[in-house]
Amino acid sequence: MSTPTQQPVIDVSGLVKRFNGKTVVDKFDIQVPKGAIYGFLGPNGSGKTTTIRMLCGLLTPDAGAGSCLGYDILRQSDRIKEHVGYMTQRFSLYEDLTIRENLDFMGRMYKIPARRAKVSEALETLGLADRSGQLAGELSGGWKQRLALAACLLHDPDLLLLDEPTAGVDPKARRDFWDEIRRLSDEGVTVLVSTHYMDEAIQCDNIAYIAYGEKLIDGPAKDIPQIVGLATWRVEGTDLAALSAQLEGKPGVEQVARFGSALHVSGTDSEQLEAAAKPFMDDTRYKWTRQPAGLEEVFIHLMSGSTDNFAKDKAA
Amino acid sequence: MGISLSRFLAILMKEFIQMRRDRMTFAMMIAIPIMQLMLFGFAINSDPRHLPTLVEVHESGPFARRFLAAMETSTYFDIKGTVANAAQTDRILKSGDASFVVTIPPNFERDIIRGDKPALLVAADASDPATSGAATGALTILAQNTINALAIGPLAYLASQPDAFSVISHQRYNPAGKTSYNIVPGLLAVIISMTMVMITAIAIVRESERGTMETLLATPARAPEVMLGKIIPYVLIGYVQTCVFFILAFWVFDVPFMGPIWPFLLGLNLFILVNLALGFLFSTVAKNQMQAMQMSFFYMLPSILLSGFMFPFAAMPGWAQTIGIAIPSTHFMRIIRKIMLKGADLGDIVPDMRSLVIILAIVTTLAMLRYKRTLD
Repeated sequence: MSTPTQQPVIDVSGLVKRFNGKTVVDKFDIQVPKGAIYGFLGPNGSGKTTTIRMLCGLLTPDAGAGSCLGYDILRQSDRIKEHVGYMTQRFSLYEDLTIRENLDFMGRMYKIPARRAKVSEALETLGLADRSGQLAGELSGGWKQRLALAACLLHDPDLLLLDEPTAGVDPKARRDFWDEIRRLSDEGVTVLVSTHYMDEAIQCDNIAYIAYGEKLIDGPAKDIPQIVGLATWRVEGTDLAALSAQLEGKPGVEQVARFGSALHVSGTDSEQLEAAAKPFMDDTRYKWTRQPAGLEEVFIHLMSGSTDNFAKDKAA
Repeated sequence: MGISLSRFLAILMKEFIQMRRDRMTFAMMIAIPIMQLMLFGFAINSDPRHLPTLVEVHESGPFARRFLAAMETSTYFDIKGTVANAAQTDRILKSGDASFVVTIPPNFERDIIRGDKPALLVAADASDPATSGAATGALTILAQNTINALAIGPLAYLASQPDAFSVISHQRYNPAGKTSYNIVPGLLAVIISMTMVMITAIAIVRESERGTMETLLATPARAPEVMLGKIIPYVLIGYVQTCVFFILAFWVFDVPFMGPIWPFLLGLNLFILVNLALGFLFSTVAKNQMQAMQMSFFYMLPSILLSGFMFPFAAMPGWAQTIGIAIPSTHFMRIIRKIMLKGADLGDIVPDMRSLVIILAIVTTLAMLRYKRTLD
């Protein structure tokens, strides 16, 4: 990186990928600044994995151009691969190799100096030093994920591409994982992570929301609620379950979610939402308060797929 | 940005570890040569005995009777009856009703006693050389024994004439008269091509199937590093198979090794490489292990049938020879037969080696072009 503070680590535009005539990723642009944790959100099949694979040279884009770590994504994928740590969605280390053998293998593939020491150090950090002779296939999901992360960090990559890294991992392990990601980000490693989990999305500095192969929202996490423009009413009181059932499906009511003892009723059309809520506002059992939408509601909103006003129906 | 020795070694060592852990496949690779040798060597082309034989008798005397008796005792021949003339002999051999027809010429006994050294004519159906070869070979010894047995009393002087009468065998339909030795050396070609192609094809497709290909591709590994690293462990398997083959060929089948060893080893290595490259090429086409397996079997059929292993290459029709030329086994089959059986040297196998090099170059180029460094 010649000018690390100025030049984005990832700077691509117009990426297109088609499989058998079906457009999976369409005109995708993104700029990821150095040291950022960039979250890819979106429903299944929205093109998150395909986009990540194009960025690290595993797939060749059908159109578009750009750079990753200062290297051209079309012509210099070998150089990109040397500086990228890619963690696949599915565990993709060798299950019939032991933990140490896997790390050794990856160390050799990236030609890291002082490999033995580095592998031993990684095993210590992982807390797997005494189980290093165990076959990777015998590990539980959480341990596999930690091993996979250790393997892609072995060569001190400048960019981490994590494809749904914590799928099927328990919350405690997930929190530890994110502590590690945050630490790496503080050290200047750029992280691009795709996720399904709201609590992970909240950890990201920037969010790109992808659906049907198109990026629909992109911005700093704190600005996302404003960009989405979700209006929210907070309702407290008794018999909320009944109210929830009545509101569900009303025009303008896009989301009714329980937050602790309160109910959050949200919709992108503020006036329509208010019209729908009007009949219940006089009910003495309920106390209605208008409040700015929080990140969590916005993410539930995004994740639930009720993003009709953003997603052009492409019949994907 | 050349080829990295480190990455090549990484893949090489990984393959060795995986090979060691996959006991089933490893056992298969050792069991296949033993099984094939036993099947082809014994069951299918065992030294055939009790072959139906007819006699065209123009004269019956003690020598003729003794000789026919010896033929029966040898268990190679079962004398089923007589034929009247040469025309009938032709018809019977053609129809396959008999494998041999022995003709005892007129004045046979008299000519022996006179010392005119007459000849018995044995017409053999040699269309399957393995069937007729050993039996034909036994005839001379039988003639010898007959003379020895009857060289007593007034005929004792015949004992000093081992050629008092001779046997002329006429190998019909296959004048080259190949022997059963043909089959065992050829088996090495079959064994190596069967296992090498299949195992390599599967080993690479397995990476895609298990998802580990994604990790491999995400590393900066280049095509030659991956190809060499994955292929070389199996070269060693090829050596082990060759050792197993020779142990059985020498001690079980008594096949001699006439020629020098170095040209053979040269040919062997080249042949192993060609097959591994072919397996690699298949793996770049196959989508899963099942397909890789099917493609390997699909390849096996012509490589057994059209390589000259089962049928004499020269006797095949033109189109079959054209296909046969493109099959590596054809050329290695010639190399090993020439060296093992005929004692050929490097100079004699140059054309075959050249063909193998050409096939290797083509297959490797195709494999490198097909090997995708992306998941597209």
